[in-house]
Amino acid sequence: MASQWEIDVDVDRCIGSGMCAGTAPKYFIVSNDRKSRPRARVVDPDETLSDAAFTCPVEAITITEADSRLPVVPDDDR
Amino acid sequence: MSEKKLAFPFVTPVPLELPGEYAGLRTQQPVAAVILPTGDPAWLVTRYTDVRQLYTDPRLSRAAAVQSGAPRCNQVGPDPDSIVSKDPPEHTRLRRLVAPAFTARRIEAMRPRIARLVEVLLDAMEEAGRPADLIDRLAFPLPITVICELLGIPEIDRNRFREWSEAFMSTTAHSVDAVRTAQARFEGYLTELIKDKRAHPTEDLLGVLIAARDTHDRLTEKELVNLGMTVLVAGFETTATQIANFVVTLLRHPDQLAQLRAEPHLIPDAIEELLRYVPRRSDGGAIRVAVEDVELGGVTIRAGEAVIPAIGSANRDGIQFPDADRLDLTRTDTSHLAFGFGSHHCLGAQLARVEMQIVFGALLRRFPGLHLAVPEADLTWRIGTLVLSPVTLPVTW
Repeated sequence: MASQWEIDVDVDRCIGSGMCAGTAPKYFIVSNDRKSRPRARVVDPDETLSDAAFTCPVEAITITEADSRLPVVPDDDR
Repeated sequence: MSEKKLAFPFVTPVPLELPGEYAGLRTQQPVAAVILPTGDPAWLVTRYTDVRQLYTDPRLSRAAAVQSGAPRCNQVGPDPDSIVSKDPPEHTRLRRLVAPAFTARRIEAMRPRIARLVEVLLDAMEEAGRPADLIDRLAFPLPITVICELLGIPEIDRNRFREWSEAFMSTTAHSVDAVRTAQARFEGYLTELIKDKRAHPTEDLLGVLIAARDTHDRLTEKELVNLGMTVLVAGFETTATQIANFVVTLLRHPDQLAQLRAEPHLIPDAIEELLRYVPRRSDGGAIRVAVEDVELGGVTIRAGEAVIPAIGSANRDGIQFPDADRLDLTRTDTSHLAFGFGSHHCLGAQLARVEMQIVFGALLRRFPGLHLAVPEADLTWRIGTLVLSPVTLPVTW
Protein backbone atom coordinates (compact mmCIF):
# COMPACT_ATOMS: atom_id res chain seq x y z
CA MET A 1 0.00 0.00 0.00
CA ALA A 2 1.11 3.50 -0.84
CA SER A 3 2.59 5.65 1.87
CA GLN A 4 0.24 7.69 4.03
CA TRP A 5 0.16 11.44 3.59
CA GLU A 6 1.03 14.04 6.17
CA ILE A 7 -0.91 17.32 6.02
CA ASP A 8 0.45 20.66 7.12
CA VAL A 9 -1.29 24.06 7.04
CA ASP A 10 0.85 27.17 7.35
CA VAL A 11 -1.42 29.24 9.60
CA ASP A 12 0.58 32.40 9.01
CA ARG A 13 -0.19 32.20 5.32
CA CYS A 14 -3.77 30.95 5.68
CA ILE A 15 -6.38 33.63 4.88
CA GLY A 16 -9.36 31.47 5.84
CA SER A 17 -10.90 31.41 2.36
CA GLY A 18 -12.55 28.10 3.22
CA MET A 19 -11.46 26.64 -0.14
CA CYS A 20 -10.03 23.52 1.51
CA ALA A 21 -12.91 23.04 3.95
CA GLY A 22 -15.39 23.47 1.09
CA THR A 23 -13.52 21.16 -1.28
CA ALA A 24 -12.47 18.50 1.22
CA PRO A 25 -14.58 18.87 4.39
CA LYS A 26 -13.41 15.42 5.49
CA TYR A 27 -9.88 16.72 5.94
CA PHE A 28 -10.08 20.42 6.86
CA ILE A 29 -11.97 22.64 9.24
CA VAL A 30 -11.84 26.43 9.43
CA SER A 31 -12.14 27.58 13.01
CA ASN A 32 -13.66 30.81 14.26
CA ASP A 33 -10.30 32.56 14.01
CA ARG A 34 -10.55 32.00 10.24
CA LYS A 35 -7.61 29.62 10.17
CA SER A 36 -7.81 26.23 8.50
CA ARG A 37 -6.57 23.16 10.32
CA PRO A 38 -6.32 19.53 9.23
CA ARG A 39 -8.77 17.26 11.07
CA ALA A 40 -6.04 14.59 11.21
CA ARG A 41 -2.36 15.01 10.52
CA VAL A 42 -1.67 11.66 8.83
CA VAL A 43 -4.22 10.15 6.44
CA ASP A 44 -4.53 7.68 3.57
CA PRO A 45 -3.77 9.15 0.12
CA ASP A 46 -6.84 10.75 -1.47
CA GLU A 47 -7.11 12.89 -4.59
CA THR A 48 -9.74 15.09 -2.94
CA LEU A 49 -7.09 16.10 -0.42
CA SER A 50 -4.40 16.90 -2.99
CA ASP A 51 -6.99 18.82 -5.05
CA ALA A 52 -7.84 20.92 -2.01
CA ALA A 53 -4.15 21.62 -1.42
CA PHE A 54 -3.64 22.58 -5.07
CA THR A 55 -6.50 25.08 -5.08
CA CYS A 56 -5.45 26.94 -1.94
CA PRO A 57 -5.16 30.60 -3.05
CA VAL A 58 -2.17 31.26 -0.81
CA GLU A 59 -0.46 27.87 -1.19
CA ALA A 60 -0.62 27.32 2.56
CA ILE A 61 -1.17 23.54 2.41
CA THR A 62 1.69 21.08 2.16
CA ILE A 63 1.27 17.33 1.72
CA THR A 64 4.23 15.02 2.25
CA GLU A 65 4.57 11.26 1.99
CA ALA A 66 4.84 10.15 5.60
CA ASP A 67 7.41 7.38 4.92
CA SER A 68 9.66 8.89 2.27
CA ARG A 69 9.20 12.59 3.20
CA LEU A 70 8.76 13.24 -0.55
CA PRO A 71 6.51 16.19 -1.41
CA VAL A 72 3.08 15.47 -2.88
CA VAL A 73 1.87 19.11 -2.92
CA PRO A 74 3.45 21.39 -3.96
CA ASP A 75 5.10 19.41 -6.71
CA ASP A 76 7.01 20.50 -9.81
CA ASP A 77 3.81 21.54 -11.61
CA ARG A 78 3.91 24.94 -10.00
CA MET B 1 -42.34 28.05 4.50
CA SER B 2 -44.29 30.68 6.45
CA GLU B 3 -47.23 32.46 4.82
CA LYS B 4 -45.91 36.01 4.95
CA LYS B 5 -42.96 36.42 2.64
CA LEU B 6 -40.79 39.44 2.04
CA ALA B 7 -40.03 40.62 -1.47
CA PHE B 8 -36.30 40.27 -2.17
CA PRO B 9 -33.92 41.94 -3.10
CA PHE B 10 -34.77 44.75 -0.67
CA VAL B 11 -34.82 48.33 -1.87
CA THR B 12 -32.43 50.79 -0.31
CA PRO B 13 -33.45 54.44 0.04
CA VAL B 14 -29.83 55.64 -0.14
CA PRO B 15 -27.54 54.07 -2.76
CA LEU B 16 -24.89 51.75 -1.24
CA GLU B 17 -26.52 51.82 2.18
CA LEU B 18 -27.57 48.42 3.40
CA PRO B 19 -31.37 48.01 3.34
CA GLY B 20 -32.83 48.38 6.84
CA GLU B 21 -34.61 45.00 6.74
CA TYR B 22 -31.40 43.07 7.41
CA ALA B 23 -30.80 44.27 10.98
CA GLY B 24 -34.27 43.11 12.05
CA LEU B 25 -33.97 39.81 10.24
CA ARG B 26 -30.64 38.97 11.89
CA THR B 27 -32.22 39.20 15.34
CA GLN B 28 -35.82 38.09 14.62
CA GLN B 29 -35.71 35.79 11.63
CA PRO B 30 -32.14 34.91 10.68
CA VAL B 31 -33.32 32.46 8.02
CA ALA B 32 -36.32 34.19 6.41
CA ALA B 33 -38.74 33.18 3.69
CA VAL B 34 -38.57 35.59 0.74
CA ILE B 35 -40.03 35.92 -2.75
CA LEU B 36 -37.64 36.63 -5.64
CA PRO B 37 -38.36 38.95 -8.62
CA THR B 38 -39.04 35.82 -10.68
CA GLY B 39 -41.81 34.89 -8.22
CA ASP B 40 -39.71 31.99 -6.92
CA PRO B 41 -39.48 31.42 -3.15
CA ALA B 42 -36.17 31.21 -1.26
CA TRP B 43 -34.68 31.32 2.25
CA LEU B 44 -32.58 34.38 2.99
CA VAL B 45 -29.72 33.74 5.41
CA THR B 46 -28.56 36.92 7.15
CA ARG B 47 -26.24 36.00 10.08
CA TYR B 48 -22.48 35.73 9.68
CA THR B 49 -22.09 32.24 11.17
CA ASP B 50 -25.07 30.84 9.27
CA VAL B 51 -23.79 32.25 5.98
CA ARG B 52 -20.41 30.64 6.58
CA GLN B 53 -22.07 27.35 7.42
CA LEU B 54 -24.21 27.57 4.28
CA TYR B 55 -21.09 28.03 2.15
CA THR B 56 -19.41 24.83 3.30
CA ASP B 57 -22.42 22.53 3.54
CA PRO B 58 -22.11 20.05 0.63
CA ARG B 59 -25.88 19.44 0.77
CA LEU B 60 -26.50 23.02 -0.39
CA SER B 61 -25.70 22.68 -4.06
CA ARG B 62 -24.87 25.09 -6.86
CA ALA B 63 -25.44 22.40 -9.49
CA ALA B 64 -28.99 21.87 -8.22
CA ALA B 65 -29.54 25.65 -8.38
CA VAL B 66 -28.93 25.86 -12.15
CA GLN B 67 -31.31 23.05 -13.10
CA SER B 68 -34.25 24.33 -15.14
CA GLY B 69 -37.09 25.27 -12.85
CA ALA B 70 -34.79 26.01 -9.89
CA PRO B 71 -35.51 29.31 -8.07
CA ARG B 72 -33.43 32.27 -9.27
CA CYS B 73 -33.09 36.06 -8.96
CA ASN B 74 -32.28 37.26 -12.46
CA GLN B 75 -33.66 36.54 -15.91
CA VAL B 76 -31.25 33.92 -17.12
CA GLY B 77 -29.23 31.80 -14.73
CA PRO B 78 -25.63 30.73 -15.38
CA ASP B 79 -24.88 27.87 -17.75
CA PRO B 80 -24.63 24.41 -16.11
CA ASP B 81 -21.21 24.12 -17.79
CA SER B 82 -19.90 27.13 -15.89
CA ILE B 83 -17.44 26.75 -13.02
CA VAL B 84 -19.87 28.73 -10.85
CA SER B 85 -22.56 26.10 -11.44
CA LYS B 86 -20.74 23.01 -10.25
CA ASP B 87 -20.16 21.24 -6.95
CA PRO B 88 -16.99 19.42 -5.87
CA PRO B 89 -15.49 17.24 -7.30
CA GLU B 90 -16.60 18.52 -10.76
CA HIS B 91 -15.99 22.08 -9.61
CA THR B 92 -12.56 21.16 -8.28
CA ARG B 93 -11.52 19.69 -11.65
CA LEU B 94 -12.07 23.11 -13.29
CA ARG B 95 -10.81 25.14 -10.34
CA ARG B 96 -7.49 23.26 -10.39
CA LEU B 97 -6.92 24.41 -13.96
CA VAL B 98 -7.25 28.12 -13.17
CA ALA B 99 -6.10 28.30 -9.54
CA PRO B 100 -2.32 28.43 -10.25
CA ALA B 101 -2.74 31.65 -12.26
CA PHE B 102 -4.39 33.41 -9.29
CA THR B 103 -2.30 32.44 -6.27
CA ALA B 104 -1.17 35.25 -4.00
CA ARG B 105 2.38 34.63 -5.19
CA ARG B 106 1.52 34.99 -8.90
CA ILE B 107 -0.59 38.07 -8.28
CA GLU B 108 2.10 39.76 -6.18
CA ALA B 109 4.43 39.36 -9.17
CA MET B 110 1.94 41.36 -11.27
CA ARG B 111 2.08 44.36 -8.91
CA PRO B 112 4.60 46.42 -10.93
CA ARG B 113 2.64 45.91 -14.15
CA ILE B 114 -0.64 46.91 -12.49
CA ALA B 115 1.00 49.97 -10.92
CA ARG B 116 2.31 51.00 -14.34
CA LEU B 117 -1.15 50.63 -15.92
CA VAL B 118 -2.70 52.77 -13.17
CA GLU B 119 -0.12 55.53 -13.71
CA VAL B 120 -0.75 55.53 -17.46
CA LEU B 121 -4.52 55.75 -16.97
CA LEU B 122 -4.19 58.56 -14.43
CA ASP B 123 -1.75 60.44 -16.69
CA ALA B 124 -4.37 60.32 -19.44
CA MET B 125 -7.11 61.42 -17.06
CA GLU B 126 -5.04 64.36 -15.85
CA GLU B 127 -4.13 65.37 -19.36
CA ALA B 128 -7.74 65.29 -20.59
CA GLY B 129 -8.59 67.67 -17.75
CA ARG B 130 -11.45 68.24 -15.35
CA PRO B 131 -14.07 66.93 -14.92
CA ALA B 132 -13.46 63.26 -15.70
CA ASP B 133 -15.63 60.16 -15.55
CA LEU B 134 -13.66 57.99 -13.16
CA ILE B 135 -15.46 54.86 -14.35
CA ASP B 136 -14.45 55.35 -17.99
CA ARG B 137 -10.98 56.61 -17.12
CA LEU B 138 -9.93 54.15 -14.43
CA ALA B 139 -12.45 51.87 -12.71
CA PHE B 140 -13.37 50.01 -15.89
CA PRO B 141 -10.22 50.04 -18.08
CA LEU B 142 -7.80 48.94 -15.35
CA PRO B 143 -9.32 45.59 -14.34
CA ILE B 144 -10.31 44.74 -17.90
CA THR B 145 -6.80 45.38 -19.21
CA VAL B 146 -5.29 43.27 -16.42
CA ILE B 147 -7.65 40.32 -16.89
CA CYS B 148 -7.36 40.49 -20.70
CA GLU B 149 -3.56 40.37 -20.43
CA LEU B 150 -3.73 37.46 -18.01
CA LEU B 151 -6.15 35.49 -20.20
CA GLY B 152 -4.61 36.55 -23.50
CA ILE B 153 -7.67 38.32 -24.89
CA PRO B 154 -7.35 41.45 -27.06
CA GLU B 155 -8.52 44.33 -24.89
CA ILE B 156 -9.52 46.26 -28.00
CA ASP B 157 -12.82 44.40 -27.77
CA ARG B 158 -13.42 45.56 -24.20
CA ASN B 159 -16.50 47.69 -24.83
CA ARG B 160 -18.28 44.65 -26.17
CA PHE B 161 -17.37 42.67 -23.03
CA ARG B 162 -18.79 45.45 -20.90
CA GLU B 163 -22.06 45.44 -22.84
CA TRP B 164 -22.43 41.66 -22.67
CA SER B 165 -21.59 41.48 -19.00
CA GLU B 166 -24.20 44.14 -18.19
CA ALA B 167 -26.82 41.91 -19.81
CA PHE B 168 -25.85 38.97 -17.58
CA MET B 169 -26.52 40.97 -14.40
CA SER B 170 -29.83 42.35 -15.62
CA THR B 171 -33.12 41.89 -13.81
CA THR B 172 -35.40 44.13 -15.90
CA ALA B 173 -32.98 46.33 -17.89
CA HIS B 174 -32.73 43.66 -20.61
CA SER B 175 -35.28 41.21 -21.99
CA VAL B 176 -34.63 37.48 -21.68
CA ASP B 177 -33.97 37.45 -25.43
CA ALA B 178 -31.42 40.25 -25.11
CA VAL B 179 -29.59 38.34 -22.34
CA ARG B 180 -29.54 35.17 -24.42
CA THR B 181 -28.28 37.10 -27.46
CA ALA B 182 -25.46 38.63 -25.40
CA GLN B 183 -24.56 35.17 -24.11
CA ALA B 184 -24.51 33.71 -27.64
CA ARG B 185 -22.37 36.57 -28.98
CA PHE B 186 -19.89 36.26 -26.13
CA GLU B 187 -19.63 32.50 -26.67
CA GLY B 188 -19.22 33.01 -30.41
CA TYR B 189 -16.47 35.55 -29.79
CA LEU B 190 -14.52 33.23 -27.51
CA THR B 191 -15.03 30.24 -29.79
CA GLU B 192 -13.38 32.21 -32.63
CA LEU B 193 -10.58 33.40 -30.37
CA ILE B 194 -9.89 29.84 -29.16
CA LYS B 195 -9.74 28.71 -32.80
CA ASP B 196 -7.10 31.39 -33.48
CA LYS B 197 -5.13 30.39 -30.41
CA ARG B 198 -5.17 26.73 -31.46
CA ALA B 199 -3.53 27.80 -34.71
CA HIS B 200 -1.07 30.07 -32.88
CA PRO B 201 -0.53 28.67 -29.35
CA THR B 202 0.11 31.15 -26.52
CA GLU B 203 1.31 30.82 -22.94
CA ASP B 204 -1.40 32.96 -21.35
CA LEU B 205 -4.20 31.44 -19.25
CA LEU B 206 -6.46 30.79 -22.23
CA GLY B 207 -3.51 29.03 -23.90
CA VAL B 208 -3.01 26.91 -20.77
CA LEU B 209 -6.71 26.00 -20.72
CA ILE B 210 -6.68 25.09 -24.42
CA ALA B 211 -3.71 22.78 -23.77
CA ALA B 212 -5.52 21.26 -20.79
CA ARG B 213 -8.37 20.41 -23.16
CA ASP B 214 -6.44 19.34 -26.24
CA THR B 215 -3.52 17.52 -24.62
CA HIS B 216 -4.98 16.20 -21.38
CA ASP B 217 -8.75 16.19 -22.01
CA ARG B 218 -9.33 17.82 -18.63
CA LEU B 219 -12.41 19.78 -19.71
CA THR B 220 -15.01 19.84 -22.49
CA GLU B 221 -15.10 22.43 -25.26
CA LYS B 222 -18.20 24.04 -23.72
CA GLU B 223 -16.51 24.19 -20.31
CA LEU B 224 -13.45 25.78 -21.93
CA VAL B 225 -15.48 28.52 -23.64
CA ASN B 226 -17.51 29.18 -20.52
CA LEU B 227 -14.48 29.24 -18.24
CA GLY B 228 -12.85 31.89 -20.43
CA MET B 229 -16.03 33.93 -20.34
CA THR B 230 -16.53 33.57 -16.59
CA VAL B 231 -12.97 34.50 -15.66
CA LEU B 232 -13.11 37.51 -17.98
CA VAL B 233 -16.44 38.85 -16.69
CA ALA B 234 -15.72 38.13 -13.03
CA GLY B 235 -12.29 39.65 -13.54
CA PHE B 236 -13.50 43.12 -14.39
CA GLU B 237 -17.16 43.62 -13.57
CA THR B 238 -16.86 43.37 -9.80
CA THR B 239 -13.62 45.31 -9.43
CA ALA B 240 -14.79 48.10 -11.73
CA THR B 241 -18.03 48.42 -9.78
CA GLN B 242 -16.34 48.49 -6.41
CA ILE B 243 -13.66 51.02 -7.37
CA ALA B 244 -16.50 53.45 -8.17
CA ASN B 245 -18.49 52.53 -5.06
CA PHE B 246 -15.46 52.80 -2.77
CA VAL B 247 -14.74 56.31 -4.11
CA VAL B 248 -18.34 57.36 -3.35
CA THR B 249 -18.11 55.81 0.12
CA LEU B 250 -14.78 57.45 0.95
CA LEU B 251 -16.09 60.84 -0.15
CA ARG B 252 -19.00 60.34 2.28
CA HIS B 253 -16.44 59.93 5.10
CA PRO B 254 -14.09 62.89 4.60
CA ASP B 255 -12.40 62.52 8.00
CA GLN B 256 -11.43 58.94 7.34
CA LEU B 257 -10.42 59.77 3.78
CA ALA B 258 -8.08 62.46 5.15
CA GLN B 259 -6.57 59.97 7.58
CA LEU B 260 -6.01 57.47 4.78
CA ARG B 261 -4.30 60.12 2.67
CA ALA B 262 -2.04 61.04 5.59
CA GLU B 263 -1.26 57.41 6.44
CA PRO B 264 -1.14 55.44 3.19
CA HIS B 265 0.22 52.37 5.00
CA LEU B 266 -3.39 51.89 6.17
CA ILE B 267 -4.54 51.21 2.60
CA PRO B 268 -4.52 47.37 2.68
CA ASP B 269 -6.66 47.30 5.86
CA ALA B 270 -8.84 50.10 4.50
CA ILE B 271 -9.56 48.07 1.35
CA GLU B 272 -10.60 45.08 3.49
CA GLU B 273 -12.90 47.32 5.50
CA LEU B 274 -14.44 48.77 2.34
CA LEU B 275 -14.93 45.24 1.03
CA ARG B 276 -16.79 44.43 4.24
CA TYR B 277 -18.81 47.63 4.37
CA VAL B 278 -19.85 48.41 0.80
CA PRO B 279 -22.46 46.10 -0.76
CA ARG B 280 -21.73 45.24 -4.38
CA ARG B 281 -25.01 43.78 -5.55
CA SER B 282 -28.53 43.78 -4.24
CA ASP B 283 -29.05 40.03 -4.03
CA GLY B 284 -26.13 38.60 -2.06
CA GLY B 285 -24.10 35.55 -3.05
CA ALA B 286 -25.05 32.84 -5.53
CA ILE B 287 -28.18 30.91 -4.68
CA ARG B 288 -27.92 27.26 -3.50
CA VAL B 289 -30.53 24.52 -3.56
CA ALA B 290 -30.74 21.83 -0.86
CA VAL B 291 -30.31 18.30 -2.17
CA GLU B 292 -31.58 16.92 1.16
CA ASP B 293 -33.17 18.44 4.26
CA VAL B 294 -30.76 20.78 6.06
CA GLU B 295 -31.07 22.49 9.47
CA LEU B 296 -29.79 26.05 9.29
CA GLY B 297 -30.27 28.82 11.85
CA GLY B 298 -33.18 26.98 13.47
CA VAL B 299 -35.04 26.40 10.20
CA THR B 300 -35.39 23.20 8.19
CA ILE B 301 -34.53 23.80 4.55
CA ARG B 302 -36.36 21.06 2.67
CA ALA B 303 -34.76 19.26 -0.26
CA GLY B 304 -35.43 21.31 -3.40
CA GLU B 305 -35.71 24.63 -1.56
CA ALA B 306 -33.33 27.52 -2.27
CA VAL B 307 -31.09 29.50 0.08
CA ILE B 308 -29.40 32.85 -0.49
CA PRO B 309 -26.34 33.96 1.48
CA ALA B 310 -26.94 37.64 2.33
CA ILE B 311 -23.28 38.63 2.20
CA GLY B 312 -23.91 42.32 2.86
CA SER B 313 -25.88 41.47 5.99
CA ALA B 314 -23.35 38.90 7.25
CA ASN B 315 -20.66 41.55 6.89
CA ARG B 316 -22.67 43.87 9.17
CA ASP B 317 -23.39 41.24 11.82
CA GLY B 318 -22.49 42.86 15.14
CA ILE B 319 -21.72 39.49 16.71
CA GLN B 320 -18.79 39.10 14.32
CA PHE B 321 -17.85 42.77 13.84
CA PRO B 322 -18.16 45.14 16.80
CA ASP B 323 -19.85 48.41 15.79
CA ALA B 324 -20.54 46.72 12.46
CA ASP B 325 -22.50 49.58 10.86
CA ARG B 326 -19.60 51.97 11.30
CA LEU B 327 -17.01 52.29 8.55
CA ASP B 328 -13.64 52.12 10.31
CA LEU B 329 -10.72 52.06 7.92
CA THR B 330 -8.34 51.10 10.73
CA ARG B 331 -10.27 47.92 11.55
CA THR B 332 -7.93 44.94 11.27
CA ASP B 333 -10.48 42.12 11.24
CA THR B 334 -10.45 40.79 7.68
CA SER B 335 -12.93 37.97 8.16
CA HIS B 336 -15.57 39.57 5.89
CA LEU B 337 -17.35 37.42 3.32
CA ALA B 338 -17.13 39.81 0.36
CA PHE B 339 -15.32 37.10 -1.63
CA GLY B 340 -17.61 34.34 -0.40
CA PHE B 341 -16.33 31.33 1.50
CA GLY B 342 -15.64 27.67 0.79
CA SER B 343 -15.00 25.94 -2.53
CA HIS B 344 -16.38 28.87 -4.58
CA HIS B 345 -14.32 31.51 -2.74
CA CYS B 346 -13.57 34.18 -5.36
CA LEU B 347 -10.78 32.97 -7.65
CA GLY B 348 -9.67 36.55 -8.25
CA ALA B 349 -9.72 37.72 -4.63
CA GLN B 350 -5.98 38.37 -4.45
CA LEU B 351 -6.02 40.12 -7.82
CA ALA B 352 -8.92 42.35 -6.78
CA ARG B 353 -7.13 43.24 -3.54
CA VAL B 354 -3.91 44.18 -5.28
CA GLU B 355 -5.73 46.22 -7.95
CA MET B 356 -7.71 48.10 -5.29
CA GLN B 357 -4.64 48.76 -3.14
CA ILE B 358 -2.74 50.19 -6.09
CA VAL B 359 -5.69 52.21 -7.42
CA PHE B 360 -6.43 53.89 -4.09
CA GLY B 361 -2.75 54.42 -3.28
CA ALA B 362 -2.28 56.24 -6.59
CA LEU B 363 -5.58 58.16 -6.51
CA LEU B 364 -4.97 59.57 -3.02
CA ARG B 365 -1.37 60.46 -3.77
CA ARG B 366 -1.90 62.06 -7.17
CA PHE B 367 -5.31 63.68 -6.63
CA PRO B 368 -5.40 64.88 -3.01
CA GLY B 369 -8.32 67.20 -3.79
CA LEU B 370 -10.42 64.57 -5.59
CA HIS B 371 -14.15 65.15 -5.21
CA LEU B 372 -17.38 64.68 -7.13
CA ALA B 373 -17.95 67.17 -9.93
CA VAL B 374 -21.72 67.11 -9.23
CA PRO B 375 -23.70 66.96 -5.98
CA GLU B 376 -23.90 63.32 -4.89
CA ALA B 377 -27.68 63.43 -5.15
CA ASP B 378 -27.28 64.07 -8.90
CA LEU B 379 -25.44 60.79 -9.56
CA THR B 380 -27.45 58.39 -11.70
CA TRP B 381 -27.51 54.83 -10.38
CA ARG B 382 -27.94 51.77 -12.53
CA ILE B 383 -31.43 50.31 -12.45
CA GLY B 384 -32.92 47.02 -13.56
CA THR B 385 -29.76 45.17 -12.58
CA LEU B 386 -28.39 43.30 -9.56
CA VAL B 387 -25.24 45.43 -9.65
CA LEU B 388 -25.15 48.49 -7.39
CA SER B 389 -23.20 51.17 -9.21
CA PRO B 390 -23.40 54.72 -10.52
CA VAL B 391 -23.72 54.90 -14.32
CA THR B 392 -20.92 57.47 -14.48
CA LEU B 393 -18.75 58.99 -11.78
CA PRO B 394 -17.89 62.61 -12.67
CA VAL B 395 -14.97 63.76 -10.54
CA THR B 396 -12.77 66.81 -10.40
CA TRP B 397 -9.66 67.78 -8.40
